[in-house]
Amino acid sequence: MMKVLVTVKEVATVEDEFEIEGTAIDERYLGADLNEWDDYAIEEAVQIAEAIGEDDVEVVTVTIGPEDCEQTIRQALAKGADRSIRVWDDALEDAELLDVGAKTAILAAVVEDEEPDLVLSGVQSGDDSFMATGVSLADAVGFQWAAVVNSLDLDTEAGVASVRRELEGGVEELTDVTLPAVLTIQTGINEPRYASLRGIRMAQRKELAVRGLDDLGLDSSVVAGDLRLTGMSVPESESDATVFTGGPEETASELAAILREKGVGQ
Amino acid sequence: MTDVLAIADHRRGELRDVSYELVSAGRDLADATGGDLHLVVISGTVDAFAEKLNREGVDVVHTVDHGEEFNHDVYAQAIVQLYDAVSPQFLLAPNSVNGLDYAPAVANRLDLPLVTDTVDLEVDGDTLVATREMYGGKVETTVELTGERAAVTIRSAEWPAAGGTGEATIEAFDATIDEDAIGSTVTGFEEVAGGDVDIGDADVLVSVGRGIEEEENLELIHELADALGATVSSSRPIVDAGWLPKNRQVGQSGKVVTPDVYIAIGISGAVQHVAGMKGSDTIVAINTDPNAPIMDIADYAIHDDLFDVVPALIEEFR
Ligand SMILES: Cc1cc2nc3c(=O)[nH]c(=O)nc-3n(C[C@H](O)[C@H](O)[C@H](O)COP(=O)(O)OP(=O)(O)OC[C@H]3O[C@@H](n4cnc5c(N)ncnc54)[C@H](O)[C@@H]3O)c2cc1C
Ligand SMILES: Nc1ncnc2c1ncn2[C@@H]1O[C@H](COP(=O)(O)O)[C@@H](O)[C@H]1O
Repeated sequence: MMKVLVTVKEVATVEDEFEIEGTAIDERYLGADLNEWDDYAIEEAVQIAEAIGEDDVEVVTVTIGPEDCEQTIRQALAKGADRSIRVWDDALEDAELLDVGAKTAILAAVVEDEEPDLVLSGVQSGDDSFMATGVSLADAVGFQWAAVVNSLDLDTEAGVASVRRELEGGVEELTDVTLPAVLTIQTGINEPRYASLRGIRMAQRKELAVRGLDDLGLDSSVVAGDLRLTGMSVPESESDATVFTGGPEETASELAAILREKGVGQ
Repeated sequence: MTDVLAIADHRRGELRDVSYELVSAGRDLADATGGDLHLVVISGTVDAFAEKLNREGVDVVHTVDHGEEFNHDVYAQAIVQLYDAVSPQFLLAPNSVNGLDYAPAVANRLDLPLVTDTVDLEVDGDTLVATREMYGGKVETTVELTGERAAVTIRSAEWPAAGGTGEATIEAFDATIDEDAIGSTVTGFEEVAGGDVDIGDADVLVSVGRGIEEEENLELIHELADALGATVSSSRPIVDAGWLPKNRQVGQSGKVVTPDVYIAIGISGAVQHVAGMKGSDTIVAINTDPNAPIMDIADYAIHDDLFDVVPALIEEFR
């Protein structure tokens, strides 16, 4: 039986207009969502299971997050993951910022427990954007890895993942990675499905296990981390744009005049 | 233990610009700590690279002659060994796709705190103060690292490229690479297909982002492009969704474009998008969010709903 572990984060989303309280955005302006990159990672895992045979592949998700994020985790279950693990602890409650080192220590303990053949994580979390957890995790557990993967072809017999890494400037690197491995998944690798009604119903019955740091053999010192968030501000606008104001007819007409001046639409 | 060790970035025979930006960032840090700036260039034509990297402010360039192209296992092994030899306070890497493929592993192996995608760095006594963005550029945060040492990746195009010629010593570093520990093999490179249109050739681009919401709404954008005699391009989510082909994507992993006029419609202006269009002569942004990062580089802006503005604009050109 092959096991695919997907790291799934619930990310905070921010409204257009918001206020900052100290070093955080005022909760009133925050929403929550499944991290975009992890949505693609979940889809990739589910497609692997569908391709190989759902009885031969188990898809497990792991999330470090409070109870509130269970709704997001259920989305992964509704899309086809088999079961979920959620790690939380009082010690985590107090942490202002979980840095890459702290996340690595926690996720590594889960990987050591679960012993997956393949770990799929996202390239980045949309809120913190460390872009680092997957590769750091790979090194911590002694797995191979590849960052920014936009195509994955699995040869389970040979134990090799043939991937494309999306480099800058429209260039892709073709790489063979030996399993077990962690791949950080880039958006666009597939088309994430919407959960079906049946999927959503089934998700309610799937296992969602909650683990504390103790259960993972960790103590609260892993949470401490080395990074301290000391400031948050709205970047000073560097904008010197001419802003057209008024109703759409007015603004469109002013913009049209400028565009004509530049020879557009002539 | 006051030195800085920065890792050069190169690909397919060329040093990437961020390598020279690392020199500037590294020099500033080394000045603050009172140490030397070491660079290392790994794989490829290292001696030729080292000559080019010898810009003003560099004290030592280490070369690791092993293989042609980037391999993260070779990089990780070489950097860890050089780190032990140089014993720097700060390890600096580019926040490039390849940087992200080794820096987190190296930081983990060396048990260093890691701060990524920084846009500003300062040393305050024993503390490194890094500035980085969160929430897709909506806020800027400062993070402090109080440990003695740290690994840091820098965002490209945030520091000036170092110029001039330096007086660095160039030293070959004899890293011992354990071939058995190499678990991934690069088998080739491919350029993303060109296809029918080259958005790089267009004088006027009408570029659409996630604000368009639904595939059928794209019709509005095509209509506008027709009315203006412009070409349609987009941000990444539109291509990811399969609504436009890959060759229409503007940005870090798509095309770099420099049209006379770039009209960004429902595009927030994430750094990876801006990397592909900031060189446009005139930038117009139509976005409901007056604080969207795209406004920072826009010359003309309308803070309004695209579904109201775009039809009115089409009317203007009919
Ligand atoms: C390694 C890597 C590489 C990447 N490469 C690229 C790349 O090459 N190109 C690229 O574009 N991205 C790239 N990205 C993704 C990038 O980080 C952003 O996620 C993406 O650019 C966001 O696209 P967007 O602006 O269309 O969407 P969003 O950020 O979601 O912005 C949508 C905007 O539309 C506005 N809006 C919503 N409704 C309306 C309305 N009715 N009227 C007017 N405005 C409206 C909103 O205010 C918002 O500003 C990359 C990311 C990574 C991690
Ligand atoms: N709290 C978390 N719980 C589970 N997975 C996470 C968490 N934070 C980050 N990850 C995973 O690591 C990836 C990269 O996140 P980051 O390094 O924070 O940008 C995300 O896409 C997730 O897959």
